[in-house]
Amino acid sequence: MATVSMRGVRKSYGGALEVIQGIDMEIADGEFIVIVGPSGCGKSTLLRMVAGLEKITGGEIAIDSRVVNNLEPKDRDIAMVFQNYALYPHMSVYENMSYGLRIRGMSKTEIDERVKRAAGILEIGQYLDRKPRQLSGGQRQRVAMGRAIVREPKAFLFDEPLSNLDAKLRVQMRVEIKKLQRQLGVTSIYVTHDQVEAMTMADRLIVMNKGVAEQIGTPIEVYAAPSTLFVAGFIGSPAMNFLETRVSSDGRLAIDGAALSPKTGLDPGRAVTVGIRPEHLATGGGLDVQVELVELLGADTLVHGRLSDGKSLVVRLPGNQVPTAGDRLPVQAYDGAWHLFDTETGKRLGTA
Amino acid sequence: MEKRVTFDEKTLPYLLVLPQIVITLVFFFWPSAQMIWQSMLLEDAFGGNTRFVWFENFAHLFQDPAYYRSAAITAVFSGAVAVLGLALSLLLAVMADRVIKGATAYKAFLVWPYAVAPAVVGVLWGFLFNPSVGIVAWALRNLFGYEFNYVLNGGQALVLVVFAAVWSQISYNFLFFLAGLQSIPRSLIEAAAIDGAGPGRRFWTIIFPLLSPTGFFLLVVNVIYAFFGTFGVVDALTKGGPAKATEILVFKVYNDGFRGQDLGGSAAQSAILMAIVILLTVVQFRFIERKVHY
Repeated sequence: MATVSMRGVRKSYGGALEVIQGIDMEIADGEFIVIVGPSGCGKSTLLRMVAGLEKITGGEIAIDSRVVNNLEPKDRDIAMVFQNYALYPHMSVYENMSYGLRIRGMSKTEIDERVKRAAGILEIGQYLDRKPRQLSGGQRQRVAMGRAIVREPKAFLFDEPLSNLDAKLRVQMRVEIKKLQRQLGVTSIYVTHDQVEAMTMADRLIVMNKGVAEQIGTPIEVYAAPSTLFVAGFIGSPAMNFLETRVSSDGRLAIDGAALSPKTGLDPGRAVTVGIRPEHLATGGGLDVQVELVELLGADTLVHGRLSDGKSLVVRLPGNQVPTAGDRLPVQAYDGAWHLFDTETGKRLGTA
Repeated sequence: MEKRVTFDEKTLPYLLVLPQIVITLVFFFWPSAQMIWQSMLLEDAFGGNTRFVWFENFAHLFQDPAYYRSAAITAVFSGAVAVLGLALSLLLAVMADRVIKGATAYKAFLVWPYAVAPAVVGVLWGFLFNPSVGIVAWALRNLFGYEFNYVLNGGQALVLVVFAAVWSQISYNFLFFLAGLQSIPRSLIEAAAIDGAGPGRRFWTIIFPLLSPTGFFLLVVNVIYAFFGTFGVVDALTKGGPAKATEILVFKVYNDGFRGQDLGGSAAQSAILMAIVILLTVVQFRFIERKVHY
């Protein structure tokens, strides 16, 4: 159990291209941090730098206030769960889990005790003699977790551990990993591209894009007040609707012609993108939506439509409201649900 | 998932495999059968008189100390070629696997020796170690005071033949080991590193066991190579000498048959060699079926 600090962490591969452009983050003891972003945003690279599998180009990483920049992975006292599990195929489950302990020269009885305990927690006790190839994906995932927890490391690192599982198992393992982490109280850093995983598991999450941490905060903070257009579009499903507009001469925003015009304190003429989440829209009110496509999800109905000025809009309605394609649907937004962003910089300006 | 096309036609399938069967029969079974037939014949030196003698040729062989000597030389020779060849090529493959810049060129150069014909390999090494003009032999004598004369010294001749044979085969082994190394997922190595294993331990506990199917396959291939493929090297370097010190079994087959004109005895030796290869191949397939998926 430990804190992890990243101070101005940078990474570049030789040339001018910086894949990590200065990350600052203080992770508290026992915290569950999720790094989320699209593929190629540098999230795995950042994790691998914490693990010691990638050199740190600039800045420093400290685990338990000890700078680890020049330490080998084995000296950092961390454990990692890989996307493909990385189980040793020629070893049994027991040997896989005890490998790290044997290297550390731990006594046989203590190894046995630790492995049995971990196997009990993960319910893989009856598979200890099997080879990884004789296990299902979910069981392999558990063994990979087991190999991490027997070590009782200072921190767990997860590199997209659930992306090779099918959807149902993924939900189940998501809950289990979270519970396990609560139970063990070990500081964890978890990388994923799946925003549902990010929202449900994280104590705090880092939304990364192109090597930059766009926002760091609790899931609810990130959801309620996304700090950039990128974060607003990435977090939340279905994605937030964006409408580009300009501040009119009286300081209002013209949306859907002039049908709805929230008042802002912004300079007239400024280019602004307003965002609204599909779930913050409801029937009745001033926006006139031409329904183009209706997706029935059972609990919800997703309505894809166009405003009178041609901009597309997704509205999430309760499952019992089913408009038909071709209908005109009057739509209104909840108060204060409009997010305002500067169109040029993408920075958040506030709500309206 | 298996997709199977079935033919209702009775003759078409046979027609389709006919060319393959004909080739196999004409070029493999016919000569082999002739060889076995020949191994039971006794012929006079001028080919005028031939007699069928059942297994007399084999009986002669098994009473001949020269044959046992040749077998012992072959055992030492093929053992040395296989062990040295595998060890060196594994070392090279591990090194090449770490190279990042210019990896392709590096690998391409390492493969070159395989393209050199065995007879040329023999001539090449013969030149280097020639007692009177060879540069290596000269260096050994003048810089280290070591007299290397494979023309006179049987032990040195065997060492030289082993080196030449290994050099010629190393590229082949190297390619297989490199492919084997590159098929080991990087994350396994990384997981071991995080588990606390240093480079040496990672190699012996993770990489080496995962390479063992490749290694076993290569072991069999190398032994077969040492038995047969090295004829050209031996012929060009030592012709089995000095005093038959490098006369491996396949060379004895040639010596006895085409120089000694003992065609029957030579054919009997061939039959035994063939049996050994069949045995090795069976072992290999058995083992690989069982062991290749860990």
